[in-house]
Amino acid sequence: MQNPYLPYPVRIEEIITETEDKNLKTFKLVFLNPDDENKFNYNAGQFAELSIAGKGEIPIGIASSPTEKGFLMFTVNKVGLVTSHLHNMKPGDIMGVRGPLGNWYPWDIMEGKNVIIIGGGFAFTTLRSSIIYMLDPANRPKYKDIHVIYGARTPGMLLYRDELSEWEKRDDIHMHITVDATDDPNWKYNVGFVPTITDQKAPSGNTDTYAIVCGPPIMIKFTQPVLDKLDYAHDHIIMSLEMRMKCGIGICGRCNIGKEFVCKDGPVFTLDQLNSMPKEY
Amino acid sequence: MKVIKIDKKEWAKGLERLSKTYQLFGPAKHEAFFVFKALEDGELPDLDVQNTRLSPRSVIYPQSEKMFEYTLDEDQEDHHILKEIDKEYSSRAIIGIRPCDAKAFLLVKRNFDAPEYKDPYWIKSYEATTLVGHGCNAPCSCCFCTTAGCGPFHEEGLDILLVDVDDTYLAKIITEKGDRLLAAAGWDTKTDTATNDPIENMKEAAEAKITSMVSTDQLKDKSTTDLFEASFWEDVSFACINCGTCTYVCPTCWCFDIQDETHGLSGIRMRNWDSCMYPLFTFHGSGHNPRDTKTQRVRQRFMHKLKYYVDKYDNGIQCVGCGRCVRFCPVNIDIRRVCDLMNSFEL
Ligand SMILES: Cc1cc2nc3c(=O)[nH]c(=O)nc-3n(C[C@H](O)[C@H](O)[C@H](O)COP(=O)(O)OP(=O)(O)OC[C@H]3O[C@@H](n4cnc5c(N)ncnc54)[C@H](O)[C@@H]3O)c2cc1C
Ligand code: SF4
Ligand code: SF4
Ligand code: FES
Repeated sequence: MQNPYLPYPVRIEEIITETEDKNLKTFKLVFLNPDDENKFNYNAGQFAELSIAGKGEIPIGIASSPTEKGFLMFTVNKVGLVTSHLHNMKPGDIMGVRGPLGNWYPWDIMEGKNVIIIGGGFAFTTLRSSIIYMLDPANRPKYKDIHVIYGARTPGMLLYRDELSEWEKRDDIHMHITVDATDDPNWKYNVGFVPTITDQKAPSGNTDTYAIVCGPPIMIKFTQPVLDKLDYAHDHIIMSLEMRMKCGIGICGRCNIGKEFVCKDGPVFTLDQLNSMPKEY
Repeated sequence: MKVIKIDKKEWAKGLERLSKTYQLFGPAKHEAFFVFKALEDGELPDLDVQNTRLSPRSVIYPQSEKMFEYTLDEDQEDHHILKEIDKEYSSRAIIGIRPCDAKAFLLVKRNFDAPEYKDPYWIKSYEATTLVGHGCNAPCSCCFCTTAGCGPFHEEGLDILLVDVDDTYLAKIITEKGDRLLAAAGWDTKTDTATNDPIENMKEAAEAKITSMVSTDQLKDKSTTDLFEASFWEDVSFACINCGTCTYVCPTCWCFDIQDETHGLSGIRMRNWDSCMYPLFTFHGSGHNPRDTKTQRVRQRFMHKLKYYVDKYDNGIQCVGCGRCVRFCPVNIDIRRVCDLMNSFEL
């Protein structure tokens, strides 16, 4: 019987400090046993449990894309016990990864459709995975227009800045980067909160358009009325939730919303699904 | 189904033979109270005990259980890599488990042995265990098993059902596992002329003694969100002190936490029973807590047992009516009352 709690051993290959407050770091991990990489077959939107012997495990969205081979990437905000320890680790250190876990954005349903990605703060991780996945030459023809609205407090708080500016230059993806405020005279993108920019830049909703929304609760709260105004049907609004987790496989009983376990039945739900679930998240 | 007769004079000898090939567990006094414990050499299970304070869930699913081990010693080849621990899953038997506690394992099995993910610790331990049940001739006053999908002589989940008749035990063999256990115990089975009849009569008599009931027939059709928003939760939870007793004594509760414990340079990853009644259970690192108040937590416990479980598995409530949480709640919060509130709830 396979043990679903046993992490694959990995080595930290590279650590990148992402933000000016140094609270967000990206970890590039490489499997110690090459076979394990083949077993770790994931889709954009899934997460994994990062495991540090002696400290514990944390659920973190997979920031790399399934089209990127040879490594996994995670971007971690420093908050408590495990994340702080992780922030102090060095390239070469050994840890574990367990997964892939949870469901993913509905890539099959979105084929042939427009995709609007709306993200805020450090929840952009699985959205990066999604963008890289869609922009892969093998996948790009499968999707129509792609818009990305991504906001952070300041320019220095944006994740993956080099990639953002690469994407800005392309004509097969419409980028709408924004910051809450900045005194940088060279800032050439938007200024304003994500809901406002969504209102200004997002195309209207129709049966051929899906919105993926991922961000802090406050952003989600104010973005939803905008999407309603733009006529997005609730089954075309896709969100990813967070709950405190342990097992990640629907067994430890911790992360339920009603009868759904966010770790196994989610973390991705449509707004339509969420409407019929208890408001307890 | 075969029924055999065991002379009580032969009982102890059979158990002794059994203990050569099975590790035996049963109700026995530990400090002040009865619990299900590993029986020492020659120690007999006390079959007169009605319901132990703690359910026998720990025999299959220990309160603390090692999952993996690791070393942090960088001189070792495999430092910081979690390794499986060799665990022993030799045959064991719980002698004198009550039918409700045995059925509870089946309810919990749906969680640990799901189509998508299998919990190897629970499953191996469950498979290694033979359950020798003991029919309740004199059920306790707060048992409501007969309306909770179970009963004092309920056989689902048992391998053998023992029925106490004067100076014999009638043993009804329910599964092959039960058959194997009987063979190992070597009781004189030549006298297997006993029939099912006395068992049926005693079963009816025992069922008639259970007067405490719940209604569950409407739960499935109620709207989850309506029940969730119902106004009675404030009142139901008012006196709760979030002690966790209800979840700790319950045979059908299964939630756990996972923790690493390091001593020097070596350590283990282990899991420990946890409870939805504790605020930390859902506390995010960010400080946000979706179940911040005790009303939310009490609601979660009852909604899980009486609605979410019902909807998810379409196989009854997540409760066997053992009555423990009713008896041991320090402030008399009573699942029977809450179940009826939910079942009869109208907007
Ligand atoms: C599906 C999912 C994806 C996530 N993706 C990311 C991501 O890409 N980047 C990122 O920085 N954070 C992400 N998080 C949040 C991250 O899991 C928590 O910040 C992290 O667990 C905090 O751990 P800690 O040990 O530092 O905090 P402590 O407060 O010390 O937490 C102790 C333990 O509680 C649990 N826990 C605490 N908070 C959370 C939480 N919010 N979610 C789940 N478990 C928690 C963990 O098991 C943790 O080890 C995600 C959460 C989920 C559920
Ligand atoms: S909920 Fe209460 S009555 Fe039901 S099985 Fe658990 S302890 Fe027994
Ligand atoms: S036993 Fe009673 S007081 Fe204690 S947590 Fe359960 S309901 Fe609350
Ligand atoms: S984290 Fe254990 S059930 Fe979801």
